[in-house]
Amino acid sequence: MNTTTLLILVIGLGLLGWVVGRAKAARLVAASSSKGSVHSLPNYHGWYVALWGVVPAILFLSIWNIVSPALITDAALTSPAAEALPKDGFTRGSILAEARSIANGDQTKAFNPLSTSMVEPYQAATSYYQTIGMVAALLLVFACGAFAWLKIKPELRARTKIERVTMMTLLLASLIAIVTTIGIFVSLIFESARFFSMVSPIDFLFGTEWNPKAVAGPRGESGFGAIPLFWGTVFIGAIIAMIVAIPLGLMSAIYLTQYAPPTFRAWMKPILEVLAGVPTVVYGYFAALTVAPALRDFAVSIGISNASSESALAAGVVMGIMIIPFVSSMADDSIAAVPSAMRDGSLAMGATKSETIKKVLIPAALPGVVGGVLLAVSRAIGETMIVVMAAGLAANMTANPFSSVTTVTTQIVQLLTGDQEFDSPKTLAAFALGLVLFIVTLLLNLIALRVVKKYREAYE
Amino acid sequence: MNDIEHIENGSETASGGVSSISAGEGSPKMTTRNVEVYYGEKQAINGVSIDINMDNVTAFIGPSGCGKSTFLRCLNRMNDTIPIAKVTGDIELDNEDIYAPDMDVVQLRARVGMVFQKPNPFPKSIYDNIAYGPRIHGLASGKDELDHIVETSLQRAGLWGEVQDRLDDSGTALSGGQQQRLCIARAIAVDPEVILMDEPCSALDPIATAKIEELIHEIRGKYAIVIVTHNMQQAARVSQRTAFFHLGTLVEYGVTSDIFTNPTQEKTRDYITGRYG
Repeated sequence: MNTTTLLILVIGLGLLGWVVGRAKAARLVAASSSKGSVHSLPNYHGWYVALWGVVPAILFLSIWNIVSPALITDAALTSPAAEALPKDGFTRGSILAEARSIANGDQTKAFNPLSTSMVEPYQAATSYYQTIGMVAALLLVFACGAFAWLKIKPELRARTKIERVTMMTLLLASLIAIVTTIGIFVSLIFESARFFSMVSPIDFLFGTEWNPKAVAGPRGESGFGAIPLFWGTVFIGAIIAMIVAIPLGLMSAIYLTQYAPPTFRAWMKPILEVLAGVPTVVYGYFAALTVAPALRDFAVSIGISNASSESALAAGVVMGIMIIPFVSSMADDSIAAVPSAMRDGSLAMGATKSETIKKVLIPAALPGVVGGVLLAVSRAIGETMIVVMAAGLAANMTANPFSSVTTVTTQIVQLLTGDQEFDSPKTLAAFALGLVLFIVTLLLNLIALRVVKKYREAYE
Repeated sequence: MNDIEHIENGSETASGGVSSISAGEGSPKMTTRNVEVYYGEKQAINGVSIDINMDNVTAFIGPSGCGKSTFLRCLNRMNDTIPIAKVTGDIELDNEDIYAPDMDVVQLRARVGMVFQKPNPFPKSIYDNIAYGPRIHGLASGKDELDHIVETSLQRAGLWGEVQDRLDDSGTALSGGQQQRLCIARAIAVDPEVILMDEPCSALDPIATAKIEELIHEIRGKYAIVIVTHNMQQAARVSQRTAFFHLGTLVEYGVTSDIFTNPTQEKTRDYITGRYG
């Protein structure tokens, strides 16, 4: 019997527990003299028995699944066939792995003849431990279920206990996201620490030469100066993209909130939101195949002969277009949140619509708009596909938008694609870059959320 | 001027309501004839005709939802900001149809100012709040002149003494009553002919209310003032003419003291004696 069948069986027994528990409670209700002498409804007693039956068994099975492979290997190694195995760790490991997969039926033929001899001990150990696990799990279901069933009494507060289980489940679900974030952050810090033990943080953060391929390994070598990458990221994500996204996003938000007839707004808002849902790789094609060549031709025609076909401008402009919905929807929210009394006050003074927008609405909505822009910047600097496809790989420190620049995300992709050794500084540099990016976007988001929150409070 | 018969005080109209549309002696500043307002399908104002005189404070009273604020907002076309609102009938300011196609709403609102129920100073300095209107209408040719307008407007609104040393503070930092006087000063600053006040004291405490009422007394005569109020004592205190609205119709309009001591209509009597509303 495999794990899936076992799980289904456990859940089936849980259902049985639900029925039995509910039935017992229902009998209690029927037998009780006065209304309300049984604390909880029969349903809750059913759930009480079912959860007692299922949850401990499933917890046991998940732990067993982690522990048992090691136990199986240990058992297999005590067999006489194991004495023939080489002592060398790597070969030994690969033979054992092969034997295990043959025993599980994932593989039919062995590369190493020694593996074949190990298959049988493995199969024996596996079925032995599986049986133990299965029997223990089923015993656990019955024992815990019976325990719960025996506890069903009129005064048992099953309802309160189920409520607590519900709360714990929800708490667990929300913790997973937080724990994952922390886990990612910690792993980034560890890998970065390894990198910084090989390359000085000062060289990394303030060095101006980025040429990681030149580094062979010895401590203190240069070539990991990340300033050109930071500059490229800021140039594309925070400067060019924002020059495109802020005015267009803001103006479309103003039009949609202040001028657009309701029917147009009802059409336009979803379309803008669809723009936010376009996969970034599609924007990447668009930037690399359409915008970049067009911009290069344009640059050449106005006399910039060294214009690159992978330009900062192409990536930045397309990224700006991608960001428009973010800016526009944040600005839309903040403008809509300005009390209409403010707008009416200005109109009643004889101000025109655009005077009202310029002098009253935008100043009043400014903090919200700024928050939205910061969120957009944080999104833009973490964006990868567009820059990988359109911005190029040359780590240039240039303010010429027609030349090729590279960004932090592009270089992370470069460093990690292909065959890499995970202990060379070249690979580990990717983690250091990731850490910097993570911290910067985290800070931007924190500031933006704080600004937006403060702004909301001002009008509530 | 219009083809609607001038209805004398106390005469019966076809609908059973009684309307004296006249505001008394002198030529009226604003006249309205047979005004109807629709919000989509729903009719909010039903055939209101009323004259507003320069020398008077005119009060609109009536139970909630009777249409008095809606009618007030017709007088400076603020209902234009509500897309589904539709206004029919004649409304004239100095014999000029304010709903005529060639009427400039911006000019109209500069001539007919408005003060709202909730004080709504802009999130700018006190000075900039007052200077807002003069600036957008180009009323001052220099800094000195603008300073002068700001000072006189604040003086007229009785706020100068309280804020003269902190003109750079934000208008939103003032107390509720001060904010409302700031809004009145802001309306005065563009030198309007008519000032509409939509329940200007409903968000204020009694002391602040008394100050606003005093202020209305002081500026009366310089501007034609129309005030919508829920508070009948306030109408009796500040106004010379009172119009009673009920369910979108004008029930009675006349000299304030008559309305309060000797109403001609049953509904008016019920309302002012507190039987409903």
